[in-house]
Amino acid sequence: MPPIAAPDAEDMIAPGVEDVVRASVEHHHPHGSDPVSDQTMILNMGPQHPSTHGVLRLVIELDGETIVSLAPDIGYLHTGIEKTCEAKFYAQVTPMTDRIDYLCPMTNNTAYALAVEKLLELEIPERAQWLRVLFNELTRIQSHLVWLGTHALDIGAMTVFLYCFREREDLLRIFEAVSGQRMMTSYVRVGGVALEPPLDLFAIIRKFLKSFPSKIDEYEGLLNNNPIWIERLQNVGYLSPENAIALGVTGPPLRASGVDFDVRRDMPYSSYEKFQFKVPVSQRGDVWARYIVRMEEMRESTKICLQALDGMPEGRIVADAPKIILPDREQMKTQMESLIHHFKIVTEGFQVPAGEVTSSVEAPHGMMNYYVVSDGTAKPYRVHMRNPGFATLQALEVMCKGQLIADVVAVIGSIDIVLGEIDR
Amino acid sequence: MAEPITDTVATPQAVFGKDAVTAELADNAAVNGLSKLITDAKWDRGELTLTVAPETIVAAMQAAQTAGYNFFEDLTAVDWYPTAPRFQLSYSVLSLKLKQRIRIVARIDESQTIASITSVWPAANFYEREVFDLFGVTFAGHPGLTRIMMPENWEGHPLRKDYPVEGYR
Repeated sequence: MPPIAAPDAEDMIAPGVEDVVRASVEHHHPHGSDPVSDQTMILNMGPQHPSTHGVLRLVIELDGETIVSLAPDIGYLHTGIEKTCEAKFYAQVTPMTDRIDYLCPMTNNTAYALAVEKLLELEIPERAQWLRVLFNELTRIQSHLVWLGTHALDIGAMTVFLYCFREREDLLRIFEAVSGQRMMTSYVRVGGVALEPPLDLFAIIRKFLKSFPSKIDEYEGLLNNNPIWIERLQNVGYLSPENAIALGVTGPPLRASGVDFDVRRDMPYSSYEKFQFKVPVSQRGDVWARYIVRMEEMRESTKICLQALDGMPEGRIVADAPKIILPDREQMKTQMESLIHHFKIVTEGFQVPAGEVTSSVEAPHGMMNYYVVSDGTAKPYRVHMRNPGFATLQALEVMCKGQLIADVVAVIGSIDIVLGEIDR
Repeated sequence: MAEPITDTVATPQAVFGKDAVTAELADNAAVNGLSKLITDAKWDRGELTLTVAPETIVAAMQAAQTAGYNFFEDLTAVDWYPTAPRFQLSYSVLSLKLKQRIRIVARIDESQTIASITSVWPAANFYEREVFDLFGVTFAGHPGLTRIMMPENWEGHPLRKDYPVEGYR
């Protein structure tokens, strides 16, 4: 049997392969680049890539290992939540908001509740507002822990991931104790919060908060002096403040670029004006700065939580609006009027005065706005979420251009991407 | 529930109409900056909504930017089908310095196009693609107006009111 000759390199390229490449990136290829050229190479990264934390596809044009241009292709997780909201009663939208940014359900709930309350012109009792602040900040810590763990894992530091998830487990148990759910909490409702926390819960939260600052020191002890961590993060993915503003970047990436803006402090909602906290800002603008800013934010969130626990007012946890808020179970069994209200709210929902409002909160990933339009019926006419990741993703190309391909992983980690909120 | 909700606090009266809002918010940076372009205005629930003609949207955005509203937040559409003009485009811009938000609204019909504002705010890029994808509004002068959420070969625009919530078209 004659030996089979090694195929010529030219023959290995199937005929027409260039057309296939052109077609596959037709809608998403980076501007001005030819997907089949002698100078550069098109690399398809994702949608199933572990560092994209979901399903994000990046079409990257490479010159050797250097990134010439980059175009994100999103929509793989698009489930049409905004369309579904239009077919639900106002109260039924709350559980769907959990699933948008699945790392900070409490923040989503709060943003939606604030918008509808603004339409209804409802006054929320102080205790409910403080509970919202408490759980918003615990959610911020929880979300940042997931970010730190996965970011470090992407860079190659496995231990931090395990440590972060150890503390996150404590927080998820707290969420379970208060709402019955670990992740999709639906705790913050229109008109207040769902339940009064269990009696011993504040003591458990206090115990967690007491030990948590030392845990942050522990993470920093693992990372701050690690030469690989420093090399991979410092002077990588620079974003200037001008670009950050022009591209709509918000949250920790904006503050890491030196723009001092935080919705909690500058446009306070839900009694945030009564809390003392610092807003960490860095002028460096690189991946390292985003790391430092988020670590400091966790410390500040711990302080806010302690203030909330110390000054937690007594009183009702829902607004006094029987036609909007489901009555107490006991009252429903004994009072005719409560029974009627319960029946009507469940079967017909509640009507919301016509109008359009925007609510804005500082989510762990940045500024989150809910735009709710009402036509006076029991179902929202339009619900739109402005999520931070969607805008921040536009800045990815600016941050990655001219860097090495391995830095894309570090930059994606540093903007704390959650595809659920981007695709909705 | 026809009767009004009783358990609410008294809020400042909403103000409708250009002249009334101009009188009410005489020292507002946005009202002054856009005074020539506003066709209608609304001050409701502490939020300022300024309506401009769709042809002047780029000029309005530049005027807002000059007036200190330096941060583009959001763009979305509302489909008022079957009313004409059909689409309400709501631009939300923020001033990081004044810590104020305004909503700039332009109304267009199905057959009309509107100019892209990506020359003023590059951040509008993805938002215009999203509105194009889900509502079918065309933005003239956009650098790459393709579908962003739905697959490229998708037919129809899901967030239009005549598009069913469930089932097949």
